[in-house]
Amino acid sequence: MDKDNKDTRSDDEIIATKFVKRSDKNVSMKATSDLQERRLQAQMARRKVFVSSEKFSSIFDSMTQEEKNAYFDKERRRAKGVLRRRTIGRNIWTGVGVVIASIAAIIAILPLFFTFLNSFMTSAEINDNYGMVFQSLSGHSDSAAKYLSSTPVLKLIPEQVTIEQYKTLMFMSPTYLLKFWNSIILVVPIVIGQMLVACLAAYSFSRYRRKRREILFFSYIILMLMPFQVTLVPNYIVAEKLGILDSIWAIILPGVFSTFSVFLLAKYMRQIPSSYIEAAKLDGASEWQIFTRIAIPMCKSALYAMSILLFIDYWNMVEQPLVLLTSVDKQPLSVFLSQVNEAEIGIAFAASALYMIPPILIFLYGEEYLVEGISRSGIK
Amino acid sequence: MDKEAINNNLKPHLRKATAAEKRRAHNIRKIKEWGTFTAYLTPSFVGVLVFFFVPLLMLLKISFQKSSANTDFAGITNYLRVLTNDAFISASKNTLTFALLAVPLAVILALLLALLLNSGLPGKSLFRSILLNPMTVPVASIVLIWQVFFSYNGVLNGLLGDLFGLKSTDWLKSDYAQVVILLLFIWKNLGYNMVLFLAALGNIPTEVIESAKMDGASALKRFFSIKLYYLNSTIFFVGIMSLINSFKIFREVYLLTGDYPYENLYMLQHFMNNAFTHLDYSKLSAGAIVMCVVMIGILGVLFFVESKTDSSVEE
Repeated sequence: MDKDNKDTRSDDEIIATKFVKRSDKNVSMKATSDLQERRLQAQMARRKVFVSSEKFSSIFDSMTQEEKNAYFDKERRRAKGVLRRRTIGRNIWTGVGVVIASIAAIIAILPLFFTFLNSFMTSAEINDNYGMVFQSLSGHSDSAAKYLSSTPVLKLIPEQVTIEQYKTLMFMSPTYLLKFWNSIILVVPIVIGQMLVACLAAYSFSRYRRKRREILFFSYIILMLMPFQVTLVPNYIVAEKLGILDSIWAIILPGVFSTFSVFLLAKYMRQIPSSYIEAAKLDGASEWQIFTRIAIPMCKSALYAMSILLFIDYWNMVEQPLVLLTSVDKQPLSVFLSQVNEAEIGIAFAASALYMIPPILIFLYGEEYLVEGISRSGIK
Repeated sequence: MDKEAINNNLKPHLRKATAAEKRRAHNIRKIKEWGTFTAYLTPSFVGVLVFFFVPLLMLLKISFQKSSANTDFAGITNYLRVLTNDAFISASKNTLTFALLAVPLAVILALLLALLLNSGLPGKSLFRSILLNPMTVPVASIVLIWQVFFSYNGVLNGLLGDLFGLKSTDWLKSDYAQVVILLLFIWKNLGYNMVLFLAALGNIPTEVIESAKMDGASALKRFFSIKLYYLNSTIFFVGIMSLINSFKIFREVYLLTGDYPYENLYMLQHFMNNAFTHLDYSKLSAGAIVMCVVMIGILGVLFFVESKTDSSVEE
């Protein structure tokens, strides 16, 4: 700093001397010299922007080296204490958060664990543990149940691990397997069919956006949001008119044309950059090629997510089979499971467990897609 | 010869198109485009038409007939019959009460959990998968456990009796029945809502939050002034989804308690199902039309509110 300052000062002097010389030569031109003088003053003023301030004095100046070291040590310790306290505070909050989240997680997972573990008990043990529960359910007189004041034993670990229940389920009672098969032949065609139909429709909605199409799309959304209470009656009427009432088609066909996946896939396909499609068009691709080579591959994850969501949803269905399938032997397992009676509670847990295995396996396999699909469905 | 004449004498592919020709080509292209995309839409559109739109119109027609056999115009007698029906009134009251209880609770709890998981908790993705898991489990599999917990001789009564010496109640046949169903509803839907909120929270630009932090905004202030603004549309979406799901609660109630549950669990779908067994078409269709109109009304209000808040916030 100091050196710089000196330099500029010497520069100033040089310029000043030069000017003096020049002004000696041109005494007659007073006006010009005035101007020059003013210029010079301005220049000098500009150069003297730097103002030296008083020397900065700190408490360290009066300290010896030892005192300084002691002071720094003290400060370091204090800072460390503050940091530690802050970390502890954060850890406590994180701990509380983890505890709350864990409680929520345990509540979420407990019924599953419970069902799975209980499915490995012997049916005698189940009867001992839960027999009285089912005596207080509908179908029994209230008074009879209430005299049995014993409470069930909530057990997670079976006394004796057997696969007796599963054995009975597989080989002794064909109804369960039949119902399981009913569930499969209802759900799989719906998922496949709806994906096919919805892909085409979503592509159309995402590429051809005119006013009337948008209105139609909006009516699709409204239809998607309609509860079963509204849509089941129309389904019933159509099934009756077409003569497919009490056959699986009465459920499969409305399922295939359900509009939920159209909505979601159209949302996805609208996010495909239009430059991709234009580039393909310039290269001479037909609409079908754009559809199969660009649109479908680009929303592959949405297709996976959609299929998983649909499978879970339809695997869970109760309302449609209840109304549209009048004969009991065509109904899926979901309806049947609610009608377990005392004689069968031995295998009820195994049947429940078996019934939730497919969706859980699919969930474990495609969780990433599912999470992404749900997430993207919420973002506009 | 003038330019136009020369142009007309040229071979077609060398000739400059006249205005009329251009218009025709444009129209052809437009029609072709329309045809292609309509073809893509056709399967879905025909299906929706046959299975949803046309039957809804038929429903409208039936709702004004005396009965399915007697097609005379009956005016609004069917509607009056439905709207004055005690079962219908109590069913819609129960369904609405449940929705009013369940939707805010599901939204707020899910939002809180999402905020918790988003605040740098270790094992975030593990918690997320566990909490999402109930969504995949079919209700039918869980009914058994719920019965073990909440029936008269159930686990909950046992625990309460042991700990506090309370008298046993049959939870599903008491005034608390809706609470039990509410628990099941939240258990099942919390994960889904939470994932939606997590996605929205992840989309908030971190610079905004960080600059607010630098300016000394507390966590509460940051939430109410910044995050809530970004979450606006997601809250709306989650609300709608929860509302739709709350109308589906019949499934749980039916599986737990059968056709004729305790009176405050008698949902609209019970009314419909029991009308199906009597095959009273005109009553059914009038009921369905009433519900359809109410649903459209609710959705209309929600969409209207959403568009209002959106435009006022976004500028």
